[in-house]
Amino acid sequence: MKLSIGAVTEPGSTRINKTGSWRTFKPIIDVEACVGCGMCSMFCPEGVVYEVEDKYTIDYDYCKGCGVCAHECPSGAIEMVIEEK
Amino acid sequence: MEELFAPGHRGCAGCGAAIAARLILKGAGKDIIAVSPTGCLEVISSPYPQSSWGVPWIHSLFENAAAVASGVEAALRALGREDEAKVLAIAGDGGTIDIGFGVLSGMLERGHDVTYICYDNEAYMNTGIQRSGSTPYGASTTTSPAGKISFGEDRPKKNAPAIAAAHGIPYVATASIAYPKDVIKKVKKAVEIEGPKYLQIHAPCCTGWGFDSSRTIEIGRLAVETALFPIYEMQNGKITSVKKIKRKPVEEYLKVQRRFRHLFEKEGGEEEIKKIQEIADGNAEQFGLDL
Repeated sequence: MKLSIGAVTEPGSTRINKTGSWRTFKPIIDVEACVGCGMCSMFCPEGVVYEVEDKYTIDYDYCKGCGVCAHECPSGAIEMVIEEK
Repeated sequence: MEELFAPGHRGCAGCGAAIAARLILKGAGKDIIAVSPTGCLEVISSPYPQSSWGVPWIHSLFENAAAVASGVEAALRALGREDEAKVLAIAGDGGTIDIGFGVLSGMLERGHDVTYICYDNEAYMNTGIQRSGSTPYGASTTTSPAGKISFGEDRPKKNAPAIAAAHGIPYVATASIAYPKDVIKKVKKAVEIEGPKYLQIHAPCCTGWGFDSSRTIEIGRLAVETALFPIYEMQNGKITSVKKIKRKPVEEYLKVQRRFRHLFEKEGGEEEIKKIQEIADGNAEQFGLDL
């Protein structure tokens, strides 16, 4: 019996959708105020807040600007600013 | 930690289900096979021909995630490869608590070694916010709309964890995305236990519940702090851990969501809020939630 492979796709292939274009507000991390707790990274629905040497950085190619990171940051180190494109 | 749920998915900005999926995968690790029924998570993570999943993942129908997961688990055993991967079902409340409920019961009854996780956003969000069995009392949805007479959903939220526990399965737990370490810990624990496991993870939905996308976690925390979503663990039918809270009145949770707005604007709303407070009081008493 010949089996159809159905709709088999590559792992993580949604990466071609650059959802950063959805953004109306943009989170900006103040690295001086950041205490490195990582809650922004933990809560990001896109999983695009990355740790780089105890601080955090955002991949704006995918960030949709939801503002969860800024709202949850315990040290108030993330500010949402209007996106300029 | 390796990211197993890729960005570029079609979840709304601030999507609670996407946060749940990320946390579940952090807990379960990469050696799993995941099954999802139809639902938001399926739709956002598999826009044809792409996939957000970094683990083997299969979608079949709305009603059969538990049956597909059972089959995957049975196949692994038949091949003698059950040590290579754990089987997870990750499903919404519609696919779990309404449409897939009989199938889930069968899976629990047959004793498959599957971790079934329901991310609970309390309605059918992907099709346009229709009520489900998991919609809480008083919530307005498109099929339980608040109006001149109606105060929204007129039946209580179905107690799915209790029904799952009644099958005599080894592990049942609830969690909320507002407490991410708890979610990761419980998923990690569940996959290591042999037999059927049921987890229900509260995942607020900004689009369906009506709140700003930045408040997804805050709203989830309020549901727990008001005792409307109690967090506990059951092992072999006994409650083994409970998240204690310094309780807040239910208004604090209700007033920040559009789906409960009518309770504050309509005559008679106060009575309805009282009934919701009674539900919270009942939960607090049943589980001993108060600090």
